[in-house]
Amino acid sequence: MKILVAVKRVTDANVKIRVNAAKTAVELTNVKMAMNPFDEIGVEAALRLKESGQIDAASEIIAVSVGAATSGETIRTALAMGADRGILVEATDGLEPLIVAKLLQQVVKRENPELVILGKQAIDDDCNQTGQMLAGLLGWAQGSFASKLAIDGNRLAVTREVDGGLENVSLAMPAIITTDLRLNEPRYPSLPNIMKAKKKPLDTLPAAELGVDLSPRLVVISVEEPPARKAGIRVNSAAELADKLHNEAKAF
Amino acid sequence: MSILVFAEHDGKEVKTPSLHAITAAKSLGKITLLLIGSGAKTAAESAKNIPGVGEILVAESEKYNNLLAEQVAPLLVSLAASCSHIFAAATSVGKNIFPRTAALLDVQQISEISAVKSADTFIRPIYAGNALATVQSRDKVKLITVRMAAFEASPRTGGDGTAAIKSIDAVAGHDDLAKFVSSALSHSERPELTSARIVISGGRGMQNGENFKLLDAVADKLGAAVGASRAAVDSGYVPNEFQVGQTGKVIAPDLYIAVGISGAIQHLAGMKDSKVIACINKDADAPIFQVADYGLVADLFEAVPQFSAALDGVLKK
Repeated sequence: MKILVAVKRVTDANVKIRVNAAKTAVELTNVKMAMNPFDEIGVEAALRLKESGQIDAASEIIAVSVGAATSGETIRTALAMGADRGILVEATDGLEPLIVAKLLQQVVKRENPELVILGKQAIDDDCNQTGQMLAGLLGWAQGSFASKLAIDGNRLAVTREVDGGLENVSLAMPAIITTDLRLNEPRYPSLPNIMKAKKKPLDTLPAAELGVDLSPRLVVISVEEPPARKAGIRVNSAAELADKLHNEAKAF
Repeated sequence: MSILVFAEHDGKEVKTPSLHAITAAKSLGKITLLLIGSGAKTAAESAKNIPGVGEILVAESEKYNNLLAEQVAPLLVSLAASCSHIFAAATSVGKNIFPRTAALLDVQQISEISAVKSADTFIRPIYAGNALATVQSRDKVKLITVRMAAFEASPRTGGDGTAAIKSIDAVAGHDDLAKFVSSALSHSERPELTSARIVISGGRGMQNGENFKLLDAVADKLGAAVGASRAAVDSGYVPNEFQVGQTGKVIAPDLYIAVGISGAIQHLAGMKDSKVIACINKDADAPIFQVADYGLVADLFEAVPQFSAALDGVLKK
């Protein structure tokens, strides 16, 4: 079996971001970058399918990223976690989800995986679109927001996190999975594995050669910081808190 | 050209999250509602009274009962040619169905808008709400999901009740692609997290699930919903549907009480638009104090029962 896992290079989740002076984008110069946390869960999910014997040991896990050459570092992280090889679709950073989905569709056509795993959302643009879009473009089933995943004969059994609780679905393969937080806890790459990852194959495909229109559909007019909340007060007791919320804030 | 709102319903009426999407959509003009699955006709009869609704499309077919994206997206695609906009609430249903539909229409969806600037320009939070992007769409039809917390729920009544109800046919999909197996939905006597006026949430400081009973006692007195931070959910104290945060539910109640929650960026993103924020935390340096209107530095295991007892006094007055 072949599994494609999409990984995105984003600002580290612990970094407090700032809007640039021109108010056109978030400042990314000298900001610490990392693999999108949901994508780490995606890589881990693929590795566990293989390690648990649910798919055969000869299965290949391919990490793919769409972005500038620096996204190669993110692919190396996936390789250090245990993915077998990488594909960098080299393009400018910050492409819209529809374009990324179309580029991934072209990679799927070349590689013919039975399963593509993506994070449910990237923590930079917060779109939550690419996986579902790719499923639509390919005409495949989609198991979005997955918190459990198992091979069930020639189908996939997926538990999805939905607003009121959990939902179980059965998907025909090939299929798309997008990961939610509780699917697994991703591993940290060990030092020997980081060294080994440097020797694993990483191919580069220029996006311009994949026949996809790369022009954006959305014009970003401005990016601004949200209004800050004004500082509050400290109260001295639980009784004072109840009193203030009732009599001052009129909250109940 | 229609402004279409894909509305979820419970077989009787439109569900509350979709009422928020209706508010966003009707700022652009008269809207058309789409209701699908069993009970859609009954829900349509009550939806006639929602102000701003000009027409209601009903596809009462069992195949839509589980709202599988593989089934619903082709239906939305079949309606898109006559639409300028298609809106949905950013629920787990909307988030699942809309991007698939957008890709089939070759449209770049606009996710989780927090404001409508004009017919083609919208504001949406990015980076966990730490920045607000104003974006203009060049697509012919705009596919939009609406952040519920950013728009008031539309009233259910007050419209003129003249909206025409029109039945439409189901669209053939790939029935074998995805199959609904079962769901495990929690049923609570308390208000829903996303629509509650008051929410009390617990974090890692609660130490275990049993201790959430302390919050239940306060919630019962205030008619509040109970939520949790990601740390509390990941630790298994409470189920995932309790999670408030960028990757859980984004809410903006009148009052949010954070108990034993440090205030990680991703949690703040889920509640910082609440009208009043109160917190109880023993760590005076916890970031939650920077967004709280009222902060109490105290051990929650002493403070919460005291707070609960004090409520009896103030609520009696």
